[in-house]
Amino acid sequence: MKPVFSKPKALNDAVMHYCPGCGHGVVHRLVGEALDHFDILDRTVGVAPVGCAVLMYDYFNCDIIEAPHGRPPAVATGMKRSRPDLIIFAYQGDGDLASIGLAEIVHAANRGENVTVIFVNNTVYGMTGGQMAPTTLLGQQTTTSPYGRNLNTDGYPIRMAEMLATLEGTSYVARHAIDTPANILRARKSIFRAFEMQVKDMGFSFVELLTTCPTNWGMSSRESIRRIKEELIPYFPLGVFKEKEVADYI
Amino acid sequence: MATIKIERDKCKGCVLCVDVCPYGLICQEKAINDQGYQYVVLEDPDGRCTGCTLCAVVCPDICIEVFK
Ligand code: SF4
Ligand code: SF4
Ligand code: SF4
Repeated sequence: MKPVFSKPKALNDAVMHYCPGCGHGVVHRLVGEALDHFDILDRTVGVAPVGCAVLMYDYFNCDIIEAPHGRPPAVATGMKRSRPDLIIFAYQGDGDLASIGLAEIVHAANRGENVTVIFVNNTVYGMTGGQMAPTTLLGQQTTTSPYGRNLNTDGYPIRMAEMLATLEGTSYVARHAIDTPANILRARKSIFRAFEMQVKDMGFSFVELLTTCPTNWGMSSRESIRRIKEELIPYFPLGVFKEKEVADYI
Repeated sequence: MATIKIERDKCKGCVLCVDVCPYGLICQEKAINDQGYQYVVLEDPDGRCTGCTLCAVVCPDICIEVFK
């Protein structure tokens, strides 16, 4: 018998620190498979966020640089401009990308920087203690919205993929869910496409992934997977929102 | 013929693999592993595993390897 499914070479054998059932591990694997597929591991640098994925340098077999909270798109811009031969990806959570780093992500996308951004949206701040994020759903209880997110005081949850798709500078924008095997395989395809865009100098690529945070949702892994389908997908629809066929100006 | 190998001490007992196996071949043990989690094992005495990889696709800790 031959192995038909193994861990990608882009990841090492360390035990990940993520909570049981957390979606980060699956997203790490999909990114690792893309690096293997395009054979770009030796010229890839990742940019880690502040958040639960802050320790991702422990898991990837490529260089990872740590950016201040929310700033991975700015750090990625600097690296890609000084070393256009490298493949640069930013990996960010929703507190990092959609709140603290909103200016950085919008402007990097609008400039059409030739980098890839992997956006892990679990509708809550993870590592910092389960606070409300810009993506927290209406009515969702968090440590800073104990009675549920309130429209009148907190506004609507923000849809990053749709927003970035409206910017002329973006080349590829998609959202997928890490819940069922079928959705995970769709997410895999989009992550591959996002890296392919960068390899072909096609400009800014962005993949948002709806993932579980069983710990801060106060749910079991099973219940969390169900919540993605029942609550997250109805508000954050899945699909490819934008895909340019030719690069604008690179 | 197909089978899977689960790295016992990496498993966190989230049971997501248990839920997706079409034949219910993965079971959670009462015992705990090095990390303190109730790990899962393959129980496939009749060789029903098809190597479909669904369990490995959903495993967040990448501790399932599939052979065919
Ligand atoms: S706090 Fe949430 S996002 Fe962070 S590792 Fe745990 S489950 Fe994952
Ligand atoms: S490969 Fe498929 S059949 Fe075999 S244990 Fe995994 S899910 Fe079940
Ligand atoms: S999905 Fe992975 S971590 Fe979760 S119970 Fe199965 S083997 Fe263990």
